[in-house]
Amino acid sequence: MLDDKNRIFTNLYGLQDPSLEAAKKRGAWNGTGEFLALGDDWIVEQIKASGLRGRGGAGFPTGLKWSFMPKEVKDRPHYLVVNADESEPGTCKDRDIMRHDPHLLVEGCLIASFAMRANACYIYLRGEYIDERIALQKAIDEAYKAGLIGKNACGSGFDFDLYLHHGAGAYICGEETALLESLEGKKGQPRLKPPFPANAGLYGCPTTVNNVESIAVAPTILRRGAGWFSGFGRPGNAGTKVFCLSGHVNTPCNVEEEMSIPLKTLIEKHAGGVIGGWDNLKAIIPGGSSVPCLPRDICDTVLMDFDALKEHKSGLGTAAVIVMDQSTDMVRAITRLSYFYKHESCGQCTPCREGTGWMWRVLTRMCEGKAEMAEIDMLLDVSQEIEGHTICALGDAAAWPVQGLIRHFRHEIEDKINTYRAGKSVHAVAAE
Amino acid sequence: MSGRHLAKEQPDSFAFSKEGESQAKYWIAKYPDGKQRSAVIPLLWIAQKDNGGWLSEPAMRTVGDRLGMAHIRVLEVATFYTMFKLEPVGEHLIQVCGTTPCMLRGSGDIIKVCKNRIGEKNTISADGKFTWEEVECLGACVNAPMVQISNTSGDHYYEDLDEAAMEKLLGDLAAGKAVKDGPQNGRKTSEPLGGALTLSDKSLYNGARAKPLKSIPNAPKLAKKAAPKKGTKK
Repeated sequence: MLDDKNRIFTNLYGLQDPSLEAAKKRGAWNGTGEFLALGDDWIVEQIKASGLRGRGGAGFPTGLKWSFMPKEVKDRPHYLVVNADESEPGTCKDRDIMRHDPHLLVEGCLIASFAMRANACYIYLRGEYIDERIALQKAIDEAYKAGLIGKNACGSGFDFDLYLHHGAGAYICGEETALLESLEGKKGQPRLKPPFPANAGLYGCPTTVNNVESIAVAPTILRRGAGWFSGFGRPGNAGTKVFCLSGHVNTPCNVEEEMSIPLKTLIEKHAGGVIGGWDNLKAIIPGGSSVPCLPRDICDTVLMDFDALKEHKSGLGTAAVIVMDQSTDMVRAITRLSYFYKHESCGQCTPCREGTGWMWRVLTRMCEGKAEMAEIDMLLDVSQEIEGHTICALGDAAAWPVQGLIRHFRHEIEDKINTYRAGKSVHAVAAE
Repeated sequence: MSGRHLAKEQPDSFAFSKEGESQAKYWIAKYPDGKQRSAVIPLLWIAQKDNGGWLSEPAMRTVGDRLGMAHIRVLEVATFYTMFKLEPVGEHLIQVCGTTPCMLRGSGDIIKVCKNRIGEKNTISADGKFTWEEVECLGACVNAPMVQISNTSGDHYYEDLDEAAMEKLLGDLAAGKAVKDGPQNGRKTSEPLGGALTLSDKSLYNGARAKPLKSIPNAPKLAKKAAPKKGTKK
């Protein structure tokens, strides 16, 4: 288990005071001005050396992303945009950072913006997080008042403005270019890439979009050293990570742990184990709703990191672990996710707009067993036609849970169809 | 996508409240000159609050005029984002999260309570007190099942619910009693029920970490000469 001394978010549960004074006592804002004095290149080098990979789901190396920004500010200003549109089902980690440890995020915004020569940063917060917005704005106001951000931030000579913006309930705005469209006051429909945001992002200016957690860990990495951070987890999967443990566990919770921790250990140590014991486990979605589920035999040994989960055709995503015990109707559980993607498709690309609804309708019939056996393969085929054929990754995200269901739980669909054909109510069987 | 349309019956006019006006100014000032359109979502949200919890067409026009946007562009935004209610709602808007993590922990029971107590979704209860709807993931999955309730006291999350807790919540709201937001089962935020198993080390909180850093890890030897350079000024 990760030692308390090595946890970055020391107020994850809000048991301490989130205000500036208390945050400083916990180490926030310690040495910030000195880091800035070492220069932008030095900061980017440290983040690269730490091995930090983006915490928003895709796992792209954060330092490398920062280095894509133009070396000099020319006619267009640079922007950092923080993606706080946390909406991936299963995920609620950024929420705790923003309401309980907001100063780590504010400090991270300054450091990252300085490293990318951006004098302004926008945090795009999901609309529903209204109490979180109030908490975060309070921290921003405190930082301005204390001269930590604003003109001559931390006495560095660097002028930095931090603005909090909010959305209004659209999952798609977690996609970086949809987020930028939304921030520009439009519908959140993703842009075609290229151009990438580092060339033409917010208002057509060079922009980097990073997840809340990626930005909030940066100050501690500088304080404790890239080597300290990269010492956790397996090579290529460095650091500590906030995991969200939800579903059929005895004590659901958020917890910061070391990367590459075995999934079973994570659940048994922190979430009180699976309801009814480990043997009662049916499946786990390891990284938020978009990644394929894993059956129990894989869960027995799999490690929680990018590479290990990829090997099993799933992914770490946002590290939101959704646990499902033997009582779960897998077809229904995935159908509900399919409804989510249908609801959240922005409607721009045909394969996604039409395909998400189509998959949901077929799955809804399958829940009752009212389908043909051949439709299982047809569903798989259609999901593969959606995957990779859309502007953004929502199409992929809608396809993967369905593919995971068919890969590991095809028999549950077949059972439903057989039961229905035998003239027996599916509900009656489920209740047995 | 979800099909969303304007209410058939619309009021004749809309005006921001005094507080709404000052809030609108605050938001518009956040964006660079010429980019005021960026404030459309925050302004629509303020307008919704000033309009009793839903957006009327005159309210959308007012926002468009304020930002120099074509009305149709505001309409596009208002119909795209699902937090904008396009029909009148009750005094308390109950949004029940129904996505899989909440479903696994019993959001179906919460929906049942809403149906029994309030009626069909997206309608206003007979006493005008409530409207409920099922929404997609609200991002409080470790505190499932949960609802967000919007009323004049704000927009708070009520978490770790079960049938009895939801009944009590609705009863208290109907009776005009104060209700406490957050987990309803005695738990504190996202810690495991029964108390946090981590973050108990006292040395994290005694100020030891606020002492000046002895040295900065990996700092170059000539650190003091490296002045902040590029990018400090526009």
